[in-house]
Amino acid sequence: MLRYLLSRLLTFVPTFIGVCIISFAFIRVLPGDPIIVMAGERGVSEERYQELYEQFGFDRPIVVQFWDYFTGVLQGDLGTSYVTKRPVWDEFFSLFPATLELSICAILLAILLGIPAGVIAAVNRGKFFDRALMSSALVGYSMPIFWWALLLIIVFSGNLGWTPVSGRIDLLYFFDAKTGFMLIDSLLSGQDGAFQSAVRHLILPAIVLATIPLAVIARQTRSAMLEVLGEDYIRTARAKGLAPMRVNGVHALRNAMIPVITVVGLSVGMLLAGAILTETIFSWPGIGKWMVDSIYRRDYPVVQGGLLLVALLVMVVNLLVDLAYGLINPKIRKR
Amino acid sequence: MTLLNIKNLSVEFETAGGAFRAVDGVDIAVDENDILAIVGESGSGKSVSMLAMMGLLPWTATITADEMSFDGIDLRDLSAKQRRKVIGRDMSMIFQEPMSSLNPCFTVGFQIKETLRIHMDMDRAQRQKRAVELLELVGIPDPERRLKAFPHQMSGGMSQRVMIAMALACKPRLLIADEPTTALDVTIQAQILDLLTDLQKETGMALILITHDMGVVAETAQRVQVQYAGQKVEEQPVRDLFAHPHHPYTAALLDALPERATERHLPTIPGVVPGQYDRPQGCLFSPRCKFADDKCRAVSPPVQPRDLGLARCHYPVNAKEDAV
Repeated sequence: MLRYLLSRLLTFVPTFIGVCIISFAFIRVLPGDPIIVMAGERGVSEERYQELYEQFGFDRPIVVQFWDYFTGVLQGDLGTSYVTKRPVWDEFFSLFPATLELSICAILLAILLGIPAGVIAAVNRGKFFDRALMSSALVGYSMPIFWWALLLIIVFSGNLGWTPVSGRIDLLYFFDAKTGFMLIDSLLSGQDGAFQSAVRHLILPAIVLATIPLAVIARQTRSAMLEVLGEDYIRTARAKGLAPMRVNGVHALRNAMIPVITVVGLSVGMLLAGAILTETIFSWPGIGKWMVDSIYRRDYPVVQGGLLLVALLVMVVNLLVDLAYGLINPKIRKR
Repeated sequence: MTLLNIKNLSVEFETAGGAFRAVDGVDIAVDENDILAIVGESGSGKSVSMLAMMGLLPWTATITADEMSFDGIDLRDLSAKQRRKVIGRDMSMIFQEPMSSLNPCFTVGFQIKETLRIHMDMDRAQRQKRAVELLELVGIPDPERRLKAFPHQMSGGMSQRVMIAMALACKPRLLIADEPTTALDVTIQAQILDLLTDLQKETGMALILITHDMGVVAETAQRVQVQYAGQKVEEQPVRDLFAHPHHPYTAALLDALPERATERHLPTIPGVVPGQYDRPQGCLFSPRCKFADDKCRAVSPPVQPRDLGLARCHYPVNAKEDAV
């Protein structure tokens, strides 16, 4: 087990170097100049431009710039934002809880609804529920996410007025961010209605973000279940006199979970990587929105550092998923 | 007393090309302490009739029977829930592919104890004790350790032993073994068959052995029932069947046994079992029968009396010797 873990961690090294190179190159390939963007509409004089150009180190060869960045990363220094002058590291960790909170809620929603829905569809294959579910999954999967979000905002925030349009909590409430998770902080604050307000702010973004993973998980669960239900050991389970609930819910589902875990893992990686559209539409102050804003500002350190951290996160999540296989599939478990 | 009595069982499957009759008017009767072998080629409806009785067929199957009783209970009237109380406890079944018949995600112990938990009033310690006992009974060494093993850590023979242990967990009155040795090595086959017959003798349960191997039949069974294309074509005690088969199909099957071959070339039965679209008129075996004439091809044959092995044939073979 330890050896497996070490060998997996070893494969992180080339990936890590690759991501460093790509994240460094990516933002520099884009047209646009951070100095001019920073100067804004007032513009900047030729001398001042040269001064800043040298100050940011853009005059040095690109390879030297990369080497500076790379050695910095190895020492845990991701650089400082051009715009806010704060370390990238600090910015990331002040915003990450918001993304994490939203992602966790979304993935829980997707798992808790998607897996039972997939199981029920598989067991009732070809019947009404199956058809209805699979068509809505297809719609959910293919619908543009920004449009779906706007639709929900129009109905639930605009027409019905049930939920707020944006942000994480009403401006009425103010308390220290002890954990960075609004749901927990609002409870800890003890202020009346704070938690409810946080929930009401979270609910629409979570639904929007959960839509695609929900559709994917439901479809994957259904097809895995259909495959497993034809297996010999399911006949054995039924021949033992087990109730259908137990045959489907325990004997079949446990086996069907193996491919579903992969999909869940991929979705988690995708969500953590910043639900860019969702966060932008709902003005959710998370990683996705931060990255988009930084790209507009050509804030090189933030974009390359942020990309790197997100890539690392995805890698770690994938590793965790692989480890989770072992828990569910005894054949993979090491002797 | 007749433990299991099935009369005129038919099973039809709803398919895209219309109804397909997999089992066609089969009678099966088994007494306690009886070993009945059901023999036939692939597609002769052996397994399907047993699965129909256990209620394990998919919903596309329509099952009809004049009688289907087990230990005085009419299986036709049972609700699914009531039936689940019987199957796995009083009537259990083992299958052809032991390696894929055990759930790969659960330990052997879990799967055996699960049967005990739903059917027997036992606490955790009693279940553990009974599971160890069962593994010992089926000849698995080091049972405590084996209970913690996963199916993929065991060989095919070992898996089949576990399946048998699981089937015997609640001391069933009837065990159905559906080609229990087909997927196993020849040496292991003999061991499993010996185990099954020993256990049958010990417990006095009835055993139905589904097979297509006449060698297996000769070694284990007391009575043989031959099925062809979903119909029962002959039934006799095993010794009489091997000595005087009355249906040409049975005779051809026996001739095809290497042990009984007299010529250099092993005799075979040409053709295959008719499927959904090529079911012949008259006798179903007529296209492959070397004695068939126009009558066989036009008229369904009657069932002959018991001294002719209930053969479903116009011209039963070996009739003269029997009459003398």
